[in-house]
Amino acid sequence: MAQSHDAPLATPLADRHAARGARMVEFGGWLMPLQYTGILEEHRAVRTRAGVFDLSHMGELFVEGPDAAAALAHALTSDPAGLAVGRAHYSMICFPEGGILDDLIIYRLGDERFMVVANASNAGAVSDALTERLEGYRVILDDRSLATGLVALQGPRSAGVLAPLTDIALDELRYYAIADGNVAGVPALVARTGYTGEDGFEVFVDVAAAGTVWDAIFDAGAGAGVVPVGLGARDTLRLEAGMPLYGNELGRDTTPFEAGLGRVVKLDKPGDFVGRAALEKAHAEGPRKKLVGLVVRGRGIARHGYEVFAGDRRTGTVTSGTLSPTLGEPIAMAYVTPSDAEPGTIVSVGIRDQRVPAQVVPLPFYRRPV
Amino acid sequence: MVPQDLRYTKDHEWVRIEGDMATVGITDYAAEQLGDIVFVELPELGRSVTQFTAVGVIESVKAVSDLFAPVSGEVVDSNAELSDAPEMLNSDPYGKGWMLRLKLADLSQADALMDATAYEALTAEA
Repeated sequence: MAQSHDAPLATPLADRHAARGARMVEFGGWLMPLQYTGILEEHRAVRTRAGVFDLSHMGELFVEGPDAAAALAHALTSDPAGLAVGRAHYSMICFPEGGILDDLIIYRLGDERFMVVANASNAGAVSDALTERLEGYRVILDDRSLATGLVALQGPRSAGVLAPLTDIALDELRYYAIADGNVAGVPALVARTGYTGEDGFEVFVDVAAAGTVWDAIFDAGAGAGVVPVGLGARDTLRLEAGMPLYGNELGRDTTPFEAGLGRVVKLDKPGDFVGRAALEKAHAEGPRKKLVGLVVRGRGIARHGYEVFAGDRRTGTVTSGTLSPTLGEPIAMAYVTPSDAEPGTIVSVGIRDQRVPAQVVPLPFYRRPV
Repeated sequence: MVPQDLRYTKDHEWVRIEGDMATVGITDYAAEQLGDIVFVELPELGRSVTQFTAVGVIESVKAVSDLFAPVSGEVVDSNAELSDAPEMLNSDPYGKGWMLRLKLADLSQADALMDATAYEALTAEA
């Protein structure tokens, strides 16, 4: 089902955001909170305590039937047959030419049941593509994006805040695992996944129950200093954690290999999959560009679209950049010529009329303390 | 309520006039709209600036904004502390967050700017 609404959609938590005086922004066809108190404060709250995100704009597509694993193996780059029930993995859905249509997380809910979580901006395209690609397999595709609310709790204090609210044993829920149970008395899927680089949980519920879960987390988390967090901080958090954003690092003109995510392309899985021929060729030929991390060593912030130079030679383009709240330095991700991608390489970024020095560093910029 | 003794531009800069010297900054309304300010670029000392042209840059976490000269003149001082503490534009935009001092080229230009009442009306409508 393709989304073609003129006015942006409101999430089930819109009234809560309004009550908090959130600054709203349009994103992927939805009206979302950009910030509540401020991006830096919200970012730091997630790194030191915990923050709550309204992610109800994301797409949730259920694939169910005897051929579910095989059908998804054909549609996607990864091999969902390899997932145990209750486990998840990061994946991509590619075009036949090998470019990226979306990055996804696939959760295995049962032998014959999977949940595919897609980016809000691509949910319609993913739904359309899966409908086409699942043709001929004994599966049904149930796009429940508009029926599903998603509340994420991320930060070192997450488990302590969520545990009393759920019958799921969180200490047994490993990273990239998912469990079925209740949260705040409502049925929920709880996944230990996230987009921040911190420990945390993503709680999937019926859209009508999203408010109950949101309120309960704030009640339970008041003592722990839990705050609401908007898309502004979501972006600075994921950038520090070295995680790509579709539309910036990932897109139709990029292969998973170029983004440094070749691990999601399982060329040795049996059978054909959409994009196989192009991706085998791309893998054999090597990447035309490589995604790197940059730390700006001079004065200035490197931002999306700024040019990157090696000496006088143009080598690439910045895909995302900001002032890292945790590091206190300007950080960026950029595509560069593969020969300039070695960590330690000094490049420069065109910032207005200056060429500001920057250095290639390994990703991620930030790893949470063990 | 904005400081009553300052003049204002529609781009949300303020000016304090003392003789032929002008001190320039951005208003709390501007700082609030920008969000957390993380980087400031100011024109170099000695540069001549023209009223209403872009002379510097103010960057928030998400965006880059121009700083416009509210009056024409010569840059005689700029606030070096903003280099290490750009957040002063958010916390104290009329005090510690001052940005530039200009020697005025034309004293009448400031008279043409908005007074506090007019600026408050402008931001109330927004």
